[in-house]
Amino acid sequence: MTQSEFSPYLFILIAGTCATDIWRWLGVLVGARLKEESDLLLWVRAVATALVAGVIGNLIVSPSGALAEVPLLIRLGAGAFGYVAFWFGRKSVLVGVLAAEAALLGAAWAFSAL
Amino acid sequence: MRDEDTGLRWFLRGVGGIVSVPAFILMASFIGFGVLCRESGITLGQAVFMTGFVWALPSQLVLVGAMAAGTSVVVAGVAVALSAIRLMPMTAAWVPLVRGPKTRKWQLVLMSHCVAVTAWVWSVMRLRDTPPDKRAAYFAGFGATLISVNVCITAISYVSAASLPPLLAAGLFFLTPMYFLTALTASARLAAERFALVFGLVLGPVLRASGIGLDLLWAGVIGGTLAFAAHKLLHAKQAGS
Repeated sequence: MTQSEFSPYLFILIAGTCATDIWRWLGVLVGARLKEESDLLLWVRAVATALVAGVIGNLIVSPSGALAEVPLLIRLGAGAFGYVAFWFGRKSVLVGVLAAEAALLGAAWAFSAL
Repeated sequence: MRDEDTGLRWFLRGVGGIVSVPAFILMASFIGFGVLCRESGITLGQAVFMTGFVWALPSQLVLVGAMAAGTSVVVAGVAVALSAIRLMPMTAAWVPLVRGPKTRKWQLVLMSHCVAVTAWVWSVMRLRDTPPDKRAAYFAGFGATLISVNVCITAISYVSAASLPPLLAAGLFFLTPMYFLTALTASARLAAERFALVFGLVLGPVLRASGIGLDLLWAGVIGGTLAFAAHKLLHAKQAGS
């Protein structure tokens, strides 16, 4: 490989791999010291869950790509519909996801949002 | 599942986890990533390399944006690092789940590269019911397979990127949040986890809209702390009554 072919890979390794793995390594360092059933672990678990929930919220409220073209109200409505279906379907993940997809695609198609 | 099964068996069981709803949903998300790379002028080799060596879809999107815009490596690295802070508490909470009596630190460091939202949710759902000394093998099988398959998906979707019909693409992007939301609700066993889900779900978008920096980190810290406090209050009340 010539230098110009090689440098994008170095770019990805530094700005991509190091920038993400450093947090994972720090996480291992911290996690290895946490005692099971301790309050500190409970707090860390709550923070991690809230973080992931924040990611979920952002993926619905401010998505990228084609989903952003679907009006916010349809996205929220379809999400709520799927979540209710999930509860009524004995907490079946598949039921919830399929119901949400059906509601989203149905509403987007009906209101010709796409 | 017998306890005397070997580590190899559990590793292979983890490999089999690729045939599951969470894995399929992540694969659907990576179709979109391959198409995006091609549209952004990233080469096939770089796109594939990124999936294997970064392995965090939101950070990969930031990285593609930075490379397409010709940003310097320092600025891109800072932007990606900021987008990936969530991996720290996630990995910290994952270590006690995956660690067995004989798991070494270097094994955890190696496996931690597989930690991203899908593998994390999978760990929360599956590892608690797995014999502790087989958890690492089980996770390693799943994690390694998940990354390998998605490296292939990145390549396939890059090469065959006739752009998807918008309605189908929107449906694909909606799979991920709905899956995470229902799977996490189904696997939440503690009040703290349930509270954290609700608080994070609301705080994430609210803090992003407010325009403060590091919004996701704040959503996690504030939402998680409130959930922790609510959990403690609930238990104090139950103990008192």
